[in-house]
Amino acid sequence: MWVYVGRRLLLAIPTLLGASIIVFAMVHLAPGDPISAVMPAESSQAEIEATKRAYGFDRPLPVQYLVWLGRVAQGDLGKSVATRRAVILDVRDALANSLVLALSSSLLAFVLGMAMGLLAAFRQGRALDKLASAVAVVGVSVPHYWAGIILIIVFSVQLNWLPAMGAANDPGVVEYLRHIVLPTVALALIPLGVITRVVRSAALDILNQEFVLALRAKGLGARRVFSHVVKNSAPQILTVLGLQFGFQLGGSVLVEAVFSWPGTGYLLNLAIFQRDIPVLQGVILVLATFFVLLNLAVDLLQTLIDPRIARH
Amino acid sequence: MAVSVALVEAPAVAAAPMSYWRTVAWRLSRDRATLVAGGVLVLIALSAVLAPWLAPYDPSAGSIRLRLAEVGAPGHVLGTDEQGRDMLSRLLWGGRMTLVAGLTPVLVALVLGAGLGVAAGYVGGITNTLIMRTMDIFYAFPAVLLAIAISGALGPGLANTLISLSIVFVPRVVRVAESATVQVKGLEYIAAARASGAGVRAIVRHHLLANVLGPILVFASTQVSLSIILAAGLSFLGLGVTPPAAEWGLMLNTLRQSIYVNAIVPALPGLAIFITSMAFNLLSDGLRDAMEIRG
Repeated sequence: MWVYVGRRLLLAIPTLLGASIIVFAMVHLAPGDPISAVMPAESSQAEIEATKRAYGFDRPLPVQYLVWLGRVAQGDLGKSVATRRAVILDVRDALANSLVLALSSSLLAFVLGMAMGLLAAFRQGRALDKLASAVAVVGVSVPHYWAGIILIIVFSVQLNWLPAMGAANDPGVVEYLRHIVLPTVALALIPLGVITRVVRSAALDILNQEFVLALRAKGLGARRVFSHVVKNSAPQILTVLGLQFGFQLGGSVLVEAVFSWPGTGYLLNLAIFQRDIPVLQGVILVLATFFVLLNLAVDLLQTLIDPRIARH
Repeated sequence: MAVSVALVEAPAVAAAPMSYWRTVAWRLSRDRATLVAGGVLVLIALSAVLAPWLAPYDPSAGSIRLRLAEVGAPGHVLGTDEQGRDMLSRLLWGGRMTLVAGLTPVLVALVLGAGLGVAAGYVGGITNTLIMRTMDIFYAFPAVLLAIAISGALGPGLANTLISLSIVFVPRVVRVAESATVQVKGLEYIAAARASGAGVRAIVRHHLLANVLGPILVFASTQVSLSIILAAGLSFLGLGVTPPAAEWGLMLNTLRQSIYVNAIVPALPGLAIFITSMAFNLLSDGLRDAMEIRG
């Protein structure tokens, strides 16, 4: 098992390096060069060249990459071309807000999705099962940015119950909670659909195995059978929970744009329209690193719960 | 249930075993949800293709006096948008754009991904390692983030949307194609074909592809809905087609400011995305069940 853990840890390194190459390449995907886009129109050729040198854009690509990677490894993501602030500071603040939103929406989706998936499996074919299937299909089909707008129309514009935009300016807990409700619901829809579906099918797989029949034949009550089913489907359920949490963190760009929630997605959106490539790179690199580490953690946790996985 | 199925199936079995594809077609013909979804998709596709003839108005001609007319307004069945343009006409034209932007990346991924995946799976060795490890790198990003990041770096435009979404979907298809190929390659009948002197090309064409394409196609069909949501999402962020073109995501974006004036009309483009993506999901679910492909 430890060999497996070691190998899995080592495998994460090339993935992270590869991701860093993609992020680095983004500068050169951009049309024009990153400097002239933000320089005032009247600046002279000499001024442009000087700025290029200051940012290191005049050196060969592999050198630029290594220099950049070396800085990133020390936590220096460069300076925003638009605001001249250190990118790491902006990303840190935004990441905190995104984490809160990812946690709240994941929690909502996990609790509801687990409950519906398990109930549906135990009531296979009945009304509740059909409802769960409908929720699953709607959850993965609905464009969540549109769902966010619908929530705003209903709860902010028509009913005037909850605020439509932003996080609260004054840091009162109640206001903060009121602002986070709608984005949380909008962001929870996709994982809710996915989790309901996976939990239902995982529980059904176990329910159809012979040992469950044996448990029932032994006279075990419904509640004890239930606990056996949950225990046995845990590895599969855990995987989907972990992955979905990762998707929440990186996938909230559109929802954050709808609600002007000041997280990484909002920052990314801002960076794209100001053509602020260092910020764009910083946000994506930090999110990708989180995502890779989270996947790693899920894999390792899975092996811990079910050691059979390591033998494959 | 089980009894009635047996009764229907029995004569067919007695006469001649149904071919795989006839069995699939027979199963699909009894699956109501899939049939309805398929019907809805045919309607959506037809209305997109026939938009120039169906649309009652020019989709980009507005009228200041007629801004944000309610649904059911005289002459404008689905109302008008924030520039007084007819919503029905714009939704019809917008569907063309959204379908092209959503379907093309999956088709590209299907061709490129199947090619790379089958090659990686069949050849194995260092080719496999090289292709598969490269694909792994793209899995370091959640799909939405990867699409927005690449589109954001490339800038707005339909071509850039197609590029960034293709980059999202190719690695996914490669993974499925590779694992299906590795599985089939290990089966005895491939070894038998090889032993009887069949060349690589004949094996891949006649024996491998026939058994690998099914799962790949079904997987690709599950990705269409996500691709449509992402394509519309990119133009919702201002990264897709540029105004004044009609596209569902872009329409949703420009109408967003008007929700305080008119609550129904701004929701319509999103409803269109929702219905289309749900129909594709139901169809691919039905296909998967009918073809008995798990996963």
